Amino acid sequence: MKRIGSILPVLVLAMCVAGCENPNRHILGDTEESQLQIRSIQTRVFDTKDKNMVVRNIVASLQDLSFVIDKADADLGTVTATKLSGYQIRMTVTVRPKGETQMVVRANGQYNNHVILDPVMYQDFFAVLQKSLFLTANSID
Amino acid sequence: MRKTITLLLLPCFLQGCVSIPEGAFKLQQSTLEIRKMQTRKFDTKNEIELLSAGAAQLQDMGYIIDETEKDVGLIVASKDADATNGAQIAEMIAIAILTGVSGPTDKNQKIRVSFVTIPAANNPGSYLARITFQRIVWNDRGQIARVETINDPKIYQDFFSQLSKAVFLEANQL
Repeated sequence: MKRIGSILPVLVLAMCVAGCENPNRHILGDTEESQLQIRSIQTRVFDTKDKNMVVRNIVASLQDLSFVIDKADADLGTVTATKLSGYQIRMTVTVRPKGETQMVVRANGQYNNHVILDPVMYQDFFAVLQKSLFLTANSID
Repeated sequence: MRKTITLLLLPCFLQGCVSIPEGAFKLQQSTLEIRKMQTRKFDTKNEIELLSAGAAQLQDMGYIIDETEKDVGLIVASKDADATNGAQIAEMIAIAILTGVSGPTDKNQKIRVSFVTIPAANNPGSYLARITFQRIVWNDRGQIARVETINDPKIYQDFFSQLSKAVFLEANQL
């Protein structure tokens, strides 16, 4: 009995690890949150027609936050950047027109090897961006 | 027994809960100062000329251009370099003599840089150029020793003083 007692925790651990550690589950995303929920956390709408100006201000905001830009595409409206500060954060920010008068900005980030899902982090990012743009960041409907 | 199970289960619960450093996406008190250090204003209407001068300057400094996007005013470059630090090696030798154990020392580094131009909001007819450096340092055991943003003012001063000579324009402080 005593012997079983000492083996039991090891078995529990093995089962636990087997249950939650499967590398494939990360391929298509492995979050508890729904995609809709994540999208709304990561997205804001700005009242402007000027896509290029928004992309340039994303670059400037990321530089203010100590990121080094990895790449950007004015036509696609994408910016990717990396921050190294004892840790690594990678961000991609995209700009797409919404109707005739608005731009939708979507940001997603990775902290070391984890997806960033904390809404506060995105609020902070969009606060910096809206200050840089002199525009208000509206939540997506 | 119960304690052991709890301890063993703990890693399973911990996994998935990661805390990102607070303020990673917040402007700091030093933000404005750092922005000033990394930025200069050039009285030119020609953004492409300023960008290509930036590219040429980076080439002069041994960087390889990784990416460019002229429509957002961006050049990304990097270089691999030696990271040996004489003072650090001396320190490690001293520690080894005293304790009999030698620690790792820095060996290689990858330096990454983005050079960005943007029209100056308050001064039409002039552009701001901002450069940011970061690096990854590996030790002599092949492990990553540190990852960091480079904030040494002298590096930025020297970069811009050379750039302004190259474009025959004065690099104005903000």
